[in-house]
Amino acid sequence: MMSKIRGFFGGVFGVFKKRKSIKLGIYGHPNAGKSTIANKISKDWLGEEFTKASAVPHETREVVIKEKITVKSKGKELTFNLVDTPGIATKIDYEDFLKYKINPKEAKERAKEATKGVIDAIKWLDNMDCVLVVLDATQNPYSQVNITIIGNLAARNIPVLIVANKIDLKKSDVKRVESAFPQYPTVAVSALKGENMEAFYDELFKLVK
Amino acid sequence: MLTLQYIPHHEFASLTIDEKLRRILKSVREDKILIIEGRLHPIEESELIKRTMQVISKSFKGIEIASIDYQFRGDFIDKVKKDIAHFLLRKRSGLTIVGPATIVKEIRKDPSKIELLTMERKKK
Repeated sequence: MMSKIRGFFGGVFGVFKKRKSIKLGIYGHPNAGKSTIANKISKDWLGEEFTKASAVPHETREVVIKEKITVKSKGKELTFNLVDTPGIATKIDYEDFLKYKINPKEAKERAKEATKGVIDAIKWLDNMDCVLVVLDATQNPYSQVNITIIGNLAARNIPVLIVANKIDLKKSDVKRVESAFPQYPTVAVSALKGENMEAFYDELFKLVK
Repeated sequence: MLTLQYIPHHEFASLTIDEKLRRILKSVREDKILIIEGRLHPIEESELIKRTMQVISKSFKGIEIASIDYQFRGDFIDKVKKDIAHFLLRKRSGLTIVGPATIVKEIRKDPSKIELLTMERKKK
């Protein structure tokens, strides 16, 4: 009987506890634009960026969290902790960083940190309440990394919103992204140029019910 | 010389996740390209990526991996067909290809086909 009562109150308060600190994760390939989206959200609602974005792959090599972001839209309010994760890759070659004029010593260190970042990003999947999977809309969406991330989220019953990013680029193909994952809602944006962010926030409200 | 290794479903399905991943990584680190009958579970795939990251070194840069499943259009009849196919084949439908990133440059994937591109050999 006591355990039932504890279970009831645990369930009720568990819901409120969960609602207080929703973790919204951002996942995707390196260079998909995860940190650009994280910064755009943070800039829109807190007036400041919180993570470094760059053209060099694996710029984010540690999980970065921005707490208590409150988004307001059409009289509704949504507060969450935004978790920007390192890009997930199946291969990391320090020589790839040399193309960005990074010296070999630094490139090796970066590669080492990037491998740890990938492991951390995967470990963090268990902690997320809902996830934005960011895809570069100019690239083939059928990559195994995208499929693995989405498959893992489905296996954990974590709600997903697919963000087709970089729509400001001519090569972007949003329909291809939509047709790759028809079972999930997709929103097309350019986080860099701030295009279609209103639709993005509408979808965000639907995701974090 | 390019080595392809085929692993039939019956040989792979009975292994634990740890055994599967060790088998894959052992072969891939020996520069073999594996063709596995069936698909890994997403949790197995993410664990494979984690373990790959743990063993990346100067000589081992990681893996290229892709898997395909039989395509069904998604209406009710196709869903039933898919369920029957899965039942009959006992989840061995589909195919997974894994290779070392030092040999496999890219695995291009469309919904129903896989193209494997290997690295160009350096001219002597």
